[in-house]
Amino acid sequence: MTSDVIKRREFLRGSVTAVLAAAAGVGLLRGPRANAATIRNVAGWPEAFGVKAVNRVQAAYAQAADKVLMESVGTTHVPVSSRIKISAPTIAENGGSVPVTVSVDWPMTADNYIEAVYMYVFHNPAPLVSEYHFTPANGEAYFSERIKMAKTDNVHVIAKTNKGVLMAAVPRKVKVTIGGCGG
Amino acid sequence: MHLSRRDFLQLMGAAGAAGFLTPGAIKAAWGGERDPYDIPPYGNVSLLHMTDSHAQLLPVWWREPGTNIGVGKAWNQTPHLVGNWKLRYYGVKAGTPEGYALSCLDYDTLAHRYGKIGGYAHIASIVKRFRNDLGDRMIFLDGGDSWQGSATSLWTKAADMVGAQNLLGVEYFVGHWEFTYGQDRVNYLIKHRLKAQFLAQNVFTIPWQEPVFTPYAIHEVRGYKVAIIGQAFPFTPIANPAYLIPDWGFAIHTGHMQKMVNECREHHKADVVVVLSHNGADVDKKMAGLVKGIDIILGGHTHEIMGPRPFRVNDTLIVNTSTNGKVLARFDLDVGKGRLNGWRYHFLPVIASFVPADPDMAAYIREARAPYLARLGEPLATTESLLYRRDNFNGTFDQVICNALREELDCEAAFSPGFRWGYCKLPGETITMEDLMAQTAITYPEATITEYTGGEIKNILEQVADNIFNKDPYYIQGGDMIRVGHIDYTFNPNETIGRRCSDIRINGKQMSRTKKYKIAGWAAMTRVEGKAVWDLVANYLRREKTVRVDRVDLPRLTRNMRGNHGIAFPGKYKI
Repeated sequence: MTSDVIKRREFLRGSVTAVLAAAAGVGLLRGPRANAATIRNVAGWPEAFGVKAVNRVQAAYAQAADKVLMESVGTTHVPVSSRIKISAPTIAENGGSVPVTVSVDWPMTADNYIEAVYMYVFHNPAPLVSEYHFTPANGEAYFSERIKMAKTDNVHVIAKTNKGVLMAAVPRKVKVTIGGCGG
Repeated sequence: MHLSRRDFLQLMGAAGAAGFLTPGAIKAAWGGERDPYDIPPYGNVSLLHMTDSHAQLLPVWWREPGTNIGVGKAWNQTPHLVGNWKLRYYGVKAGTPEGYALSCLDYDTLAHRYGKIGGYAHIASIVKRFRNDLGDRMIFLDGGDSWQGSATSLWTKAADMVGAQNLLGVEYFVGHWEFTYGQDRVNYLIKHRLKAQFLAQNVFTIPWQEPVFTPYAIHEVRGYKVAIIGQAFPFTPIANPAYLIPDWGFAIHTGHMQKMVNECREHHKADVVVVLSHNGADVDKKMAGLVKGIDIILGGHTHEIMGPRPFRVNDTLIVNTSTNGKVLARFDLDVGKGRLNGWRYHFLPVIASFVPADPDMAAYIREARAPYLARLGEPLATTESLLYRRDNFNGTFDQVICNALREELDCEAAFSPGFRWGYCKLPGETITMEDLMAQTAITYPEATITEYTGGEIKNILEQVADNIFNKDPYYIQGGDMIRVGHIDYTFNPNETIGRRCSDIRINGKQMSRTKKYKIAGWAAMTRVEGKAVWDLVANYLRREKTVRVDRVDLPRLTRNMRGNHGIAFPGKYKI
């Protein structure tokens, strides 16, 4: 970052553009107002958010996801921002140990910083995989860890600033598959 | 093999038109006044690329696939073109030597006319010529999968191939099947035996995520800097047993690739950036769209003919240089300060009978093979059919393997991996132990009997299909559909996971989801006990004496595959 502080207006403009790009990229923007892209209408967030669950399994999944979001960040309405980057393999080499790196492009100054980052894998028995807390002294909201994934799923991340502003990452799909037959 | 003067002139004409062979001509057996590898000088740097030789030191028969379906954006796009579609796209005439190299049509006849392809002694002749012409302007790169695929490479744990690479003068190397010798052997060979530099930007230690290999090299040619970045096969621990490389993690690492490109350009002031890639053609194309600043991707892994014209994504030129030594690709570059001013590309088939064998390499190969000649030469059976592997679905050689496994292990059905290596045998030829090893020489060859429920069988088919026919190239691992013996199904490549395979039958009977079936297989991802697959198939062949493949267990493709230019013989799939 070259400038330490981004004006709120600039940030909003920036983030809305990013949101549109992200949503249009996956072509699954739902609802009449495109500028309202949140985790409820961007593909890859629990299919059930804003979508009718087609069966009991999906409904239960949506409920569980709802619950864990309410418990961790207190809402299921989080705008999606391209400022959060999730790096993970497209296909897991070992579902029991998937390397994931998360970084949030944010200033980290004394009065404006990322306070917490939450990571979810909603099909896992414990969907809130991890929760990290940061201070400006960290310099960057960044972490790298290995997580368990029971099956093909999306990795979801939500970041919270010290002012309580929430933003969600574009989900990152990791496929867990049987191996063999390559090459 | 005989080339008439007319063949010779036709070849010249077509070569000029397609830019496939250089202007100049082939004289039968090289001896004439002009030859096809005489390339007019251009630029100041030349890249010479070979890839995926699969350890074939000697010339072999290699037939292009008759089926190589592309879906999504790859629908009817190169390299997912076969037969006439491929010839038409590249402007090459059927029946010519280029037509022989590029398509599966009329394979048997053309094979008799033009002879085998590749062979390290023949490749060495061409490399020596170019090195003679170009001197230090030439950079010679090997895209990987050079250590595996033959009996001698397996028995010497790749030592024979490292010797051949050193003699050939390979300068940069990357890997995939190399890793199946285990991380200790790979480390030993690249540190103490191999003269080439092994490059890979996408292999990291577990758990610390530290780079295992040097990611790139800066190669200076007369004041200009050529950056060469290595990209190993990103899915090695998924497509091959992870226990062989327990401390190494892979993946595509697009972001890290961008970082490497930036480092080469900004820090090292590279004038041109080349990626030596084992991603496979589809992954290379997607990566080129995401990473800025790569001039050229020299690709391999998927064994495609993606020449004679490079494919362009934004400002990146992408090629894929076939397999088994069939093709040498040469990029002549006009490199300026900080930019590529121009290029000429030559996609040169190595038709062994057109090129004399290099005596030094021929002597090396004789010596390397000498201790094993008796074992290699053991005749097992005669084939009445053309035996091949490469195809999206069962090749005839796979069918023989599946039949052998079923009979030897007394199973109702069989699975066999969809490898893309394994050369052909022509009707009337003797199948030797060496030929059988060329289909099976891996470090995890144990054959197994497994009881699968119908549901599990369906899941296996679906999972493998999703790795090949995925619309997102970053989920395409390379390889072909799992081979089956006595399993047939209806297949829709355009669907998503769980929905591609339907109406699955075992031995002609509708499969039950819950019933258990006894299935033979080999090449397991975990450590298993069992006889080596080559021993089982050798027993079967010795007993059969003559092999004839009248029935191949192919799926029925759905009607939406009509019009797919990756299918040369739609009738085979009942569409």
